[in-house]
Amino acid sequence: MSRKHECIAMLLAGGQGSRLGILTKNIAKPAVPYGGKYRIIDFPLSNCVNSGIYTVGVLTQYQPLELNDYIGNGQAWDLDRADGGVHILSPYQQIEGTEWYKGTANSIYQNINFIDRYDPEYVVILSGDHIYKMDYSKMLAYHKEKNADCTIAMLEVPWEEASRFGLMVLNDDNSIKAFEEKPKNPSSNKASMGVYVFTWEKLRKYLIEDEADPNSSNDFGKNIIPTMHGANERMFAYAFDGYWKDVGTIDSLWEANLDLLNPQVDLDLTDTSWKIYSKNPITGPHYVADTAQVQNSMIAEGCEIAGKVDFSVLFSNVDVEEGATVRDSIIMPGTKIKKGAVVQYAMIAENAVIEENAVIGKRPEDMESLDDWGIAVVGTGVTVGKGASVEPKAMIGEDVKEAE
Amino acid sequence: MRANNVLGLVFSNTYDRCLDEITSIRSMGSVPYGGRYRLIDFPLSAMVNSGMGHVGIITKSNYQSLMDHVGNGRAWDLSRKNGGLRILPPFNMNNVGLYTGKIQALAGAMDFISHSDEEYVLITDSSFIFNVDLTKMFKYHEDKNADITLAYVNGKAPSISELAEFDIDTDGRITNLFRTTGSDNANYSLNVLLMRKSLLERLINNAVSLNYHSFTEDILQRNVKSLKIYGYNFDGFVRVMDNIQSYFEANMALLDKENRKALLSTQPVYTKVKDDVPAIYGLDSHVSNSLVADGCVIEGTVENSILSRGVHIGKGAVVKNCVLMQNAYISDNVNLNCVIADKDVVIKPNKVLSGDITFPVYIGKGIVI
Repeated sequence: MSRKHECIAMLLAGGQGSRLGILTKNIAKPAVPYGGKYRIIDFPLSNCVNSGIYTVGVLTQYQPLELNDYIGNGQAWDLDRADGGVHILSPYQQIEGTEWYKGTANSIYQNINFIDRYDPEYVVILSGDHIYKMDYSKMLAYHKEKNADCTIAMLEVPWEEASRFGLMVLNDDNSIKAFEEKPKNPSSNKASMGVYVFTWEKLRKYLIEDEADPNSSNDFGKNIIPTMHGANERMFAYAFDGYWKDVGTIDSLWEANLDLLNPQVDLDLTDTSWKIYSKNPITGPHYVADTAQVQNSMIAEGCEIAGKVDFSVLFSNVDVEEGATVRDSIIMPGTKIKKGAVVQYAMIAENAVIEENAVIGKRPEDMESLDDWGIAVVGTGVTVGKGASVEPKAMIGEDVKEAE
Repeated sequence: MRANNVLGLVFSNTYDRCLDEITSIRSMGSVPYGGRYRLIDFPLSAMVNSGMGHVGIITKSNYQSLMDHVGNGRAWDLSRKNGGLRILPPFNMNNVGLYTGKIQALAGAMDFISHSDEEYVLITDSSFIFNVDLTKMFKYHEDKNADITLAYVNGKAPSISELAEFDIDTDGRITNLFRTTGSDNANYSLNVLLMRKSLLERLINNAVSLNYHSFTEDILQRNVKSLKIYGYNFDGFVRVMDNIQSYFEANMALLDKENRKALLSTQPVYTKVKDDVPAIYGLDSHVSNSLVADGCVIEGTVENSILSRGVHIGKGAVVKNCVLMQNAYISDNVNLNCVIADKDVVIKPNKVLSGDITFPVYIGKGIVI
């Protein structure tokens, strides 16, 4: 038998993240590397553990292999526990047949039995798409204080960006008056962060009703939340004012990495009171040779740097050979940048090889038209041949031949 | 010989006096090394990599830091239902106080040894750094039908007087074993011994009843004719911590690519996980020929140095030929040359400290200058 758990978390990690292109060709978005040694999912998982939530269901569906392997038994986050811990919840076969997760709400619906086993009062619903550090226990306390049925974490965003978000219009007591989904002319700048606390009894009821509705797309944002709001359930917004970034696009992922090098940005990963845990590579310290020039960068263990690295994030076991240059770029684990290669404004996925004198990406000031400019992306395991070049904005999933 | 049929025994306190300053607050096994390791990581990792799964660590004194480091053995995959890692605190037999030699120490651990299911025992120290495939040593032991196999290297013998040195015949058998003479071309022991558990039990019981003290002289030397004792050459990167200079040199040796490859990349070396952020280089950082661990923040100049996890180098600081242990904080405009700074050392702004390559300055744990 299991002891009673006041609050458990369910982490929606099934999304493909199609806007990340080849970076999510073989891995689910939450498994995408971030910040020199982390993966996106380390943030919600570490937040859970730091908030005292030790039971986490991770809902996976799209390309789960690497994600499942990464999470393992949850040991890296102290989530290998006798009672609770981390559980991978994939769609499974039932008597009525097999069903994929039709939507975010359906994925929770299909795991009602899992949640009931712990008999929680509250369930936190999280997504594996965001970089942020947040104490969910404070939000839970707020939820209880307001005697709410649903609490949605909310962030004030700049007005000019507001139309990119799901927005909330609030009453004076922070209860939610109305929702606006990516409106053209926003009347609020209070954006939903995709972090919800539900009173389980209520959510359970709405999930079952939603499933019975054949016209529903079984989605939290589209169905559950509006239905609850329509039924006048107690719904509140919880204000959060730290760093939060949706890393759903190439540009935002690139930016979020480089934010770590900006002392003005309010995301301190060195804070030992709120550590972000991850599976650590088994490798030695990194080595910087006497031919190297490293400035304003983040470098993980196991790298061998003999070239020039400026304003970049290098994950573990990256080699930058003598005479190679890496600027304004993100280089994921195990990638080799050979002699004379130049990598600028680029993201290079794991275990790629950039051969001698290859050129990846360009600086915006070297472009004739900025419309053609963007971050160049090289996929996992791709080899870019000697002297070959990869244009800005390009996304390379296949090997590039040596230049003639 | 199946590796999981070999019980590992690691002495955590070996020749502590060789690094008396660094070991005044810790055991030899928990001496920091190479930016992120502790010396005991090397025997433990070699054992685990070979497939061994049951290891006892025989401690003596100052072993709090060691216990903190190894924990339940999880970092080495030694947190197990069967076997796994066990710390064996000193056992005061017959109220004679702390053990004084390996014979007494092994006698004190005999309960643990006898109760283990393994048929063989591999005994190591913590003063030697190596990363070898022990399964080859197991095979060698079987091929030679040896009673005891003793690992050695050939070279200038370390300045540890109790260490065994020996002559070996063309077959590899040890024909003559004696205390090291310090010669330049010695076959010296690395105190890595492999034998049947039953033989160890017999030798130790016998030695205790005869009140013997020295493992080298009273057990190995006395039996060099009656037992088949073979030497097994450890090739690759091997270092002995016989004094602070060799400690310094062994750290600096990792600045050489071949050494780094031999010690750290041939098979994994496991250590306690700290979950530090990758190292951050500031705008005016200049780093060359250095080894840098996670958690470092570098805003100054670093040359020919080893920076352990969490080291901070302030703006305008110049650090050359230094070994800086965990969380050392080097403030702005400090100038250091040939310094070994222990954990949590703080150097206040504008200070200048300099040792010599042959005689590095050592700053003790937590000292603020």
